[in-house]
Amino acid sequence: MNLWTASPSFAAEPPAALAEVFAMGTDGAAPGFVLAHLTPGARVLWVQDRLSRREGGRPYLPGLTGLLGGPLELLHLEVPRAVDVLWALEQALGCAALSAVVGEVWGEPAALDLTATKRLALRAERGGGRAWLLRRAAAPALSAARERWRVAAMPSPPAPDDPHAPGEALWRATRFRSRRGALGEWLARRDPVQRGIAFLRPGDGWEALGAQAARPDRRSA
Amino acid sequence: MAGPRSGAAILPFPLRAAQGRPGAAPPGTAPLPARPGFEPPGRNPARPPGRRFLSLALPRFAIERHLRLVGASEDALLALATLGPHGPVIHAATRAADAAGATPGLRVGDARSVCPVLRVEEADLAGDAQALTSLMLWSRRWCPWTAVEETGGPGLVLDVTGAAHLWGGEVALLREIETRLAGLGLSARVALAPTRGAAWALARFAGPRAICGPGEIEPLTAPLPVRALRLSPGTALLLQRLGLGTVGDLLAVPRPALARRFARAAPEENPLLRLDQLTGRLPEPLPWPKEPPRFVARATLSEPVQDPAPLLPRLAQELCARLEAKGFGARRLRLALFRTDGTVAGVEAATARPTRDAAHLVRLLEGRLAGLDPGFGFDLATLAATEAEPLDVRQPGLDGARDEAEDLARLLDRLGARFGPRALCRPVPRESHIPERALVWVPALGSEPPAGSSPIAPPGAPPFPSPGAPRPLLLLDPPEEVRVLYGLPDGPPAQFTWRRAAHRVARFSGPERIGPEWWRDPPGTRARDYWRVEDGEGRRFWLFREGRPGDGRGGAPRWFLHGLFA
Repeated sequence: MNLWTASPSFAAEPPAALAEVFAMGTDGAAPGFVLAHLTPGARVLWVQDRLSRREGGRPYLPGLTGLLGGPLELLHLEVPRAVDVLWALEQALGCAALSAVVGEVWGEPAALDLTATKRLALRAERGGGRAWLLRRAAAPALSAARERWRVAAMPSPPAPDDPHAPGEALWRATRFRSRRGALGEWLARRDPVQRGIAFLRPGDGWEALGAQAARPDRRSA
Repeated sequence: MAGPRSGAAILPFPLRAAQGRPGAAPPGTAPLPARPGFEPPGRNPARPPGRRFLSLALPRFAIERHLRLVGASEDALLALATLGPHGPVIHAATRAADAAGATPGLRVGDARSVCPVLRVEEADLAGDAQALTSLMLWSRRWCPWTAVEETGGPGLVLDVTGAAHLWGGEVALLREIETRLAGLGLSARVALAPTRGAAWALARFAGPRAICGPGEIEPLTAPLPVRALRLSPGTALLLQRLGLGTVGDLLAVPRPALARRFARAAPEENPLLRLDQLTGRLPEPLPWPKEPPRFVARATLSEPVQDPAPLLPRLAQELCARLEAKGFGARRLRLALFRTDGTVAGVEAATARPTRDAAHLVRLLEGRLAGLDPGFGFDLATLAATEAEPLDVRQPGLDGARDEAEDLARLLDRLGARFGPRALCRPVPRESHIPERALVWVPALGSEPPAGSSPIAPPGAPPFPSPGAPRPLLLLDPPEEVRVLYGLPDGPPAQFTWRRAAHRVARFSGPERIGPEWWRDPPGTRARDYWRVEDGEGRRFWLFREGRPGDGRGGAPRWFLHGLFA
């Protein structure tokens, strides 16, 4: 039985203009969660401050293609400071040719306050664009983002042809602020058939998945 | 051009009949009667007086340009190759490679068998042609009429009539040209003659810096081989077989015989026509290419100003009006601000596609003025479009919708202007199985115009080849070394420490062996064994072990973390 749904709530939710995603560690879970929302062929501007690029790595297009099932039109901008990320996001949000804009900020810079996020959110709502603010090594502070998520990696289900190998990516996504939808914790993954993100509510077979994941049976044992 | 004696210049053909040569007129023209009244004393009446052509041959242009670009010297065993009908053929070679046997025209395979250490790179013919055109425009420093020579390899032809005395005479001019070109790393052969054909022949087949006076064409060119007549190799060979080895032999042949044999041949196969062009009987009009237009707007101020920002809109409007008048758009802008103490401050900006929107140009430059030090003020500002491209007038859509591609191009301009063109990149696939080489980041505001609607992905670009095995979402550059515990020396990692945090490996898959590219990497580069691992919390990493224990390429292999999976 397929209990995975395309939106966290049962009803379809309109996409939030500005979503903030907090990564729980230095890994690919939070960027993967953001990218899982995109469709292949989308034109994306990815802005990284220098520290994010050095510590978290640069987006790698063959990997993106593998996750999304098709290539993205990716534009990458590396800027020195978090203020510049905000400036670039603001400029890019007025541009109708971009499907999404991702800004990656390391740490908790003073420039990224309530006023700055409100400015971004208003700009995104007026321009009709979609902005993602990817926060690494940061704790949630005051923000005007329309949606706020906390994303961590989950042990994957075993791969179908090799029980030792890591399977498809799973994330534990916690929505702790939303203007429209419910709050809570979900299991999320990229749906390769629907080519979008898929959520699983807690309880709906989550235990079974977790039990599978927790038992990486060793061939030697 | 020829001053008061221009009457002679309009005589289309020299009157050689008067000198006793039969069949004076080339086919299809009637001989003109001699008009002794027009002849200046002591001059050959046959030639328009005073035309002086300078031919400039650059026999080693391709290799010298390449050496200058890569910063190598003539001692390198290096050759440039083009694709011939039967495989690559050597196009140009350094002096060392030439001495070692890799002469131009040889096939690369044959050259390699003579000289095994020869390094061969691809010749850039389009780039050479472009460089030659810019050299041609640059050489207008010596005289106003210059053109690229079509035959006989890279070369230029300059009409230095009335210009040589400005450089201290013809000998001094030739020396000056040679010195200047040597400064650019180009070896040139130059010659001056009253006709283009004679200058061409002397530059390529006579001694260095040959100067041919008005009456000396025939004596000076007679000993040269017939190839000096700009003939095709086939025709030159034919003449050789007929026993006509030199220009002098050909001059001795009666004209009707040559005319009968070659009347209908194309210019490069017609010795008679070439002979007439050499001696000046037949004028050879040359189209001198026009210089690309330059667009500069300037504002001269009576009083110095501290803040140049208010000047910008007027400068931009003036520049855009000039661009519009010629149907051009700016691709690269340079704002030069001249301080009262004589120093010049400059700001540059580039655009993704040609534009002549004054407001957009102002916005690109505005944010950059803050860092300039005005000193005691600026009293002159110039705004120049240093690179411009033709831009047609376009009608915006009638529905009033904004043009998406235009929108994106504007965004790229703004981002590039603020953070520098190197900060904004797009990935381009390369054929390589080394992960970090499979992708190069090229500036999105590249010099190549983004064709089609999308400035990001050029149309027809191959899609990213999927390597088959999964690839990480994020790639660390450079890979970070990790400490690894393993059960078997060439087995999977059991635990690793990255950035002072220990990760226990719960699942793994691999190894995927990626060998070094022996044609590019230095010898001794070790193969990499990539492992996809997942730790107890579900974080997925891409690790590799550089080398294998006992592969004879160094000590114990080291481990690196190269990428992060979703």
